[in-house]
Amino acid sequence: MDLIYSIVPPGVLCQVFVGLSRTVILFIVSSGLSLILGVLRIPNVAHGSLYMIGAFMAFSISTVAGGGSAGFWLALVGAPLAVALISLIAERSLFQYLYEREHLMLLLLTFALSLVFGDLVKLVWGGEYKSVPVPRIFQGFVPLFGGLPFPLYNVFLLFVGPVVAVALWLFVNKTKIGKIARAAAVDREMVGAVGINVSWVFASVFVVGCLLAGLGGVLVAPTVSVTLGMDHTLIIEAFLIVIMGGLGNIWGALLGALIFGLTQSLGILIWPQFGIIFPYLAVVVVLLFRPTGLLKSTW
Amino acid sequence: MVKAKKGVGVAIWIGAILLLLVLPLFIARFYVYMAAIIMLFGLLATSNNFPLGFGGIYQFHHAVFYGVGAYTTAVMVTKFGYPFWVSAIAGPLMSAFISLVMGLICIRLSKLYFGMLQISLGSLIWVIVYRWYSFTGGDDGIHGITLPDVLSSYSGAYYFTLIVTGLCLYCMYRIIKSPYGIVLQGIRDNPVRSEMVGVNVRLHQLLALVIAGFFAGVAGILFVVVDNTVFPDMLFWALSMETIIMCLLGGWLTFMGPMLGAAVIMALRTFVSAYTVYWALVLGIIMVLVIFFLPNGILGWFTGKFSSRTERVEEHEFKNIRPETD
Repeated sequence: MDLIYSIVPPGVLCQVFVGLSRTVILFIVSSGLSLILGVLRIPNVAHGSLYMIGAFMAFSISTVAGGGSAGFWLALVGAPLAVALISLIAERSLFQYLYEREHLMLLLLTFALSLVFGDLVKLVWGGEYKSVPVPRIFQGFVPLFGGLPFPLYNVFLLFVGPVVAVALWLFVNKTKIGKIARAAAVDREMVGAVGINVSWVFASVFVVGCLLAGLGGVLVAPTVSVTLGMDHTLIIEAFLIVIMGGLGNIWGALLGALIFGLTQSLGILIWPQFGIIFPYLAVVVVLLFRPTGLLKSTW
Repeated sequence: MVKAKKGVGVAIWIGAILLLLVLPLFIARFYVYMAAIIMLFGLLATSNNFPLGFGGIYQFHHAVFYGVGAYTTAVMVTKFGYPFWVSAIAGPLMSAFISLVMGLICIRLSKLYFGMLQISLGSLIWVIVYRWYSFTGGDDGIHGITLPDVLSSYSGAYYFTLIVTGLCLYCMYRIIKSPYGIVLQGIRDNPVRSEMVGVNVRLHQLLALVIAGFFAGVAGILFVVVDNTVFPDMLFWALSMETIIMCLLGGWLTFMGPMLGAAVIMALRTFVSAYTVYWALVLGIIMVLVIFFLPNGILGWFTGKFSSRTERVEEHEFKNIRPETD
């Protein structure tokens, strides 16, 4: 171990793990965005709002449940489902009539929705900061490299990430609806012509994507202060990750999230004031050399 | 018929200009300020619409050029002590330069990819401005920029905004009606065919981006004149989206549409904000309604409704425009 520390200081290793736990959140949110972009071709700006709603829902559910550990577990199940319900209503009432329109209109519609959601959140939860307690079994720290403390909750996140990735892979590749969705992404009319109700397939993919946004919101809630405006910065990051990885490619989203999370956490070590610049720089560099993203886009 | 219509049009224009000239004599100070804000946002929206509506380029992050123009002027005046007029000329030139650099990087891509790459590059600039406290003032921005005496009164700022906006709109109108503008619209309607007849598509589009960046920079200067401040939200992508909303609401295939959209939205914002803090909710609902029921905007709806059949064909047939999905 000492040999490793002499090459890479423990502080850096620790920061890598911080970056990885950030990656998990970014991956969960941006994979949902990527799924929707790949199959439905909607650049969903409202995705960030759903993430925010997920976080606020987590606050409400855990408060109602008494603020203990049980509240967090309830929120982990309940909040994404609530977000999924909201997205189902949005899809059935608005999006399903607009699939044929150009991207500009879809982008603006989703932006309009994000404005509406933002104000509804303000209406329901008010403008103050909210905090969600870390569940009891994940409170405290584990000693990591060289005895540096690492939050237990982040360890939990590092386990959740792969679970979500595998589940998503199973959904897309092994379930019937995932297979139909992939076919519909390539040729919607043909899938409709063989007698499949494409409209509902699209609706379910949209709901699954938004559910991931809600899940990301719940998972991030104990680590940050839940506040209005958390949607704005996240949606830009999620979009950049999706573009960097290749539109509609879920593994691309994973790769993009990794690059984004690691450059962010290591950038802070290198240059504290401008650490936030590094992920954006990474995106620009990647796109300069691979304009359509690292992995193959489904478009 | 056509001649009579033209006469009416000229009369409306002269009336509007006269009204704008005498406006500060009759209305309260706040409304003069609002009128100037509407004009500069109208200029911003019109310059956004130049590549978007007439060039078919997905100019998604137009606010960057607006912010860069404003910040260049503000920083030159406050940090380096350059005279205001020199800085005011440098601002739009800097915007045009940034637009050129970003354009060179993005122009290889088309449609949504172009817009997304522009957003990522623009966010990079936003982050730098947001974080560089010692140079740009960080999230506080820069306040109290010293202006020449002529501009420091509110009516001086108003008239300056009026004149500059008028000149810029006239220039953009001439550009759109020039052979270059016609070719640009040809590229929007059919890029492949334009390429085939020997048009350098990328070069034309790049020029459109630079022109749009320049005029956005001018709008930025006007904001410095009217409001005396700059802040990082001027470069944030949400403002770009709002600008596009103005284009869409007014009619993004008409020249004056964005100006109208800007006027409607800014006026509504002032009106609604007096009663409720939920302005964004109102804007979002208006937006959804426009997308569903008025996809060509207010002015687009009017031209479609009231112009004769032949004129409608003459006005670029926007019903048929359906940007190809790639």
